[in-house]
Amino acid sequence: MSHANDNTVPLSRRRFLKVLAGTAGALIVGIPFVDAVDAADAPVPAAMLGDTLYGLGAYVRIDADGNIVIGVRDPDTGTGTSTSLARIIADELDADWTRVSVVSLGLGVEDDNGQPRWIYGHQTSGLGDSIPAAWADLRGAGALARWLLMQAAARRLGVPADRLRCEEGSVVAPDGRRFGYGSLADAAAKIAPPTTPVPPKSPEHYTLIGQGAGDIDARAIVTGQAPYALDSYTAEALIAVLSHCPWPDGSVESLDTTETLKVKGVVKVLQIKPEAGIPLGQTVRSPAVAVLAENTWAALQGRAKLKLQWKAGAQSESSAWFEQQAADVVNDKNAQPAMRVRNDGDVDAVARKAARRVEATYVQPWLAHATPEPMNCLARIDKDAAVLVVPTQAPQQAWKVVQRLTGLAPAQIEIRVPRVGGGYGRRLDHDYVAEAVMLAKAVEKPVKLMWTRDEDMTQDYYRSATVHKFSATLDGKRQVTSWNQRMASASALAMRGVPDNRLWTSEVDAHQLPAGLVPNLRNDWYSLPSAMLRGPSRGMPHVNNAFAVESFVDEIAQSLKEDPLVTRLRLLGEPRQIPLGDGRTLDTARLINVLKLVADRIEWKNWLRTVNGLGIACWHVDGAYVAHAVETSLQGNKLNIERVVCAVDVGRVINPTGLEGQVAGATLDALSTALNLSVSYKDSEVQQRGWKDYPLASMAQLPDTTEVIIVPGDRDPTGASFLGMPTAAPALANAVFRVSAVRVRRLPLLKEMLRML
Amino acid sequence: MAQAQDQLPTPGTSNTIVPEKVREGVDLEINGRSYRHIGDDQMPLLWYLRDVLRLTGTKYSGEHGEGGYDLVLVDGKLASATSLPVAKLAGKTVTTVEGLAAADGTLHPLQQAFVDEDAIGCGYCTPGWLMASLDLLNRHSQPSDNDIDLLPNLCRCGCQTRVRRAIKRVAKGAHA
Repeated sequence: MSHANDNTVPLSRRRFLKVLAGTAGALIVGIPFVDAVDAADAPVPAAMLGDTLYGLGAYVRIDADGNIVIGVRDPDTGTGTSTSLARIIADELDADWTRVSVVSLGLGVEDDNGQPRWIYGHQTSGLGDSIPAAWADLRGAGALARWLLMQAAARRLGVPADRLRCEEGSVVAPDGRRFGYGSLADAAAKIAPPTTPVPPKSPEHYTLIGQGAGDIDARAIVTGQAPYALDSYTAEALIAVLSHCPWPDGSVESLDTTETLKVKGVVKVLQIKPEAGIPLGQTVRSPAVAVLAENTWAALQGRAKLKLQWKAGAQSESSAWFEQQAADVVNDKNAQPAMRVRNDGDVDAVARKAARRVEATYVQPWLAHATPEPMNCLARIDKDAAVLVVPTQAPQQAWKVVQRLTGLAPAQIEIRVPRVGGGYGRRLDHDYVAEAVMLAKAVEKPVKLMWTRDEDMTQDYYRSATVHKFSATLDGKRQVTSWNQRMASASALAMRGVPDNRLWTSEVDAHQLPAGLVPNLRNDWYSLPSAMLRGPSRGMPHVNNAFAVESFVDEIAQSLKEDPLVTRLRLLGEPRQIPLGDGRTLDTARLINVLKLVADRIEWKNWLRTVNGLGIACWHVDGAYVAHAVETSLQGNKLNIERVVCAVDVGRVINPTGLEGQVAGATLDALSTALNLSVSYKDSEVQQRGWKDYPLASMAQLPDTTEVIIVPGDRDPTGASFLGMPTAAPALANAVFRVSAVRVRRLPLLKEMLRML
Repeated sequence: MAQAQDQLPTPGTSNTIVPEKVREGVDLEINGRSYRHIGDDQMPLLWYLRDVLRLTGTKYSGEHGEGGYDLVLVDGKLASATSLPVAKLAGKTVTTVEGLAAADGTLHPLQQAFVDEDAIGCGYCTPGWLMASLDLLNRHSQPSDNDIDLLPNLCRCGCQTRVRRAIKRVAKGAHA
């Protein structure tokens, strides 16, 4: 998934910490991207000097009364960035967390001779890199603010700064006197910053990092006060509800708006369609008829009264046909892979003289993003300014769409990003932003666009179905001697301006298990054509590959008639560092550790004896390590997930409470998806319409508890937003096999299990 | 349109008795305050709350409220705000998520339990969970796991196990 964002401007500019004096004695510290030559006089964003929090233009603001406002740059889609990123800064600042409030910064963009300059740097959410990026540069913002406050206190007291210390929002003098940050902020703002960066704290002085904190927005959320984009209104905005063509290349066959325009409150009916030559996700997805009205109810009624016939596009594909193509290609020995992703040793030579061979094929369905908050956008487009409220994971990408459609200068476009009701990769695309801008321009009024649930389900950029075929060989000592993976899918990166030789990167990880553990290993990816539109999806490519690989490892154990934990530990071998290429390393000690932790917790020693089924799986993602163990029981045909245990090793843990929530949540998301979910289509038309036929798991289907074990560490932190996903489904399928003797090689699991029972 | 009924009569008007005009609109009570809706009375409660009153804690869910993001209490009973035209609410009492905390800002014990258990993912579905859980606790002060299993809410972020802990925390408190 980390390759989906190749268009982002590289973070190559030199960074300088800037101190900016605000109004009323406020100290404002930011890290604008500025070149060395203009570091001294980079403009102060006007909005950050005002009272409106939305316009706050830097990371830290300390008011004279001692309250601290921290700005968070990465959208919070439920991934916890508003808490974790703020705490990284607050810890460096030695802030009193109870006096910290957090605001979403929205897009940070300045005009650099007509080109955008991203003044906050990293602003993308859900790719698992928010915390690593913050660790690299946001600590400096807090450290500098602390340094300035200490300088101010030193001058006031006439003692050297190194005899002072900071504690919970105060500078403490050698004699014990305390000076609240609020009383120092005015003076601190007038002190010149150091010419070299202030080094961040050493870990023994952390006060917040490593300590648990609940979601900073929790109170606002439980009182219904947390504003999502869909909750944003402006008085004069027209509400737009759309009816989309099921086919991106279809068109309007006939349209009669007479009855629609009779609905009280309906103002206008407009047609929009995709622009030619623009990559997916940056323009309208499919032709659409928009009903604009004074309120949502009128717009919905108006849409229901449209007499609208769509003309189908040129494609007439079905999901059944697609799966057959995928199965055919992995079974065709003469088929040429689009990419040989990995080729270690000599698989063919070893496989020919093998003592034992194991083969299996796994099929995973098309999936939708199914965000709780549907696509929506509030857009006000004036001649010399645009203000948009966008539920996005990537505000810089949203900016590009707005800029292209309006022609406005970089800094004339303001993009606000309140808390987002789920992203999962869907909101890396901005078709809905293009729609809102087009409509607002056409009616010359602000437009508040909202997709209904059926539109959200049928107008997605889907996760491709995948087929994995494995062939492994073993020697007489039960060692895996060769491993051959053939995977077929339709790339999520196609039609997005990504070169053909990079299309594989969304589908398979060159370093995934068991790379580095099996001397002869081949990993081929076969590219399938499809007219179904695809896009980045949560946890890809790890989720699909981990399900297939970790199910197959269990099948190897079964062929050896042994405990699958034993098989896994033999495969992992001695604790060691294995270079995987591209600067990546597999630390088998850490993987063995998480595996053993979940095994111990679920009492794996009962694996053979218990009437319930125990299953286990492990994986690694960009330097993070994860394992799941699942216990299942079967009452007649009813599958119960009795226990789920997950262990994660992400290096240093910023917020254990947040991490536990992310891991537990991703675990349940993965189980829900594996149990129930699939998208099907006929004549290139998606058949699912909403929660009834795309049923996220009910409370009853899910386990009562999720047990999360967090391995402490001191390496630089990795991301964790989807880390709990990859191993949950294979551990479940492996547990289902133990309890039912049904080996699930096709998802969704419940349907397949019932078919096989 | 929203109109609070607690306005004082205009001072200085004539003492002449004028027959009272027949009232238009639908009178209902939301979170302890009186409102009169004088627009289209077939407008679902969801859009009346959101578009008209700007009480946006109740979320859009789906065509018939599947998913449970739009749940409210009507006369104390759980209801989908998507499926209820305002016309059906004349004289009824509606509680939304905005009405759970005390006037002084003290959270309802269930809200506090959601905060304490961090029972929140993206938070979009949280108001619906709160309303359904409150309804459950109103009916069963000590709900069993099977009772909790019957909650109708859907969540993609996976807050379910933490919601279960929050409900149990409240039930335990009530028992003590």
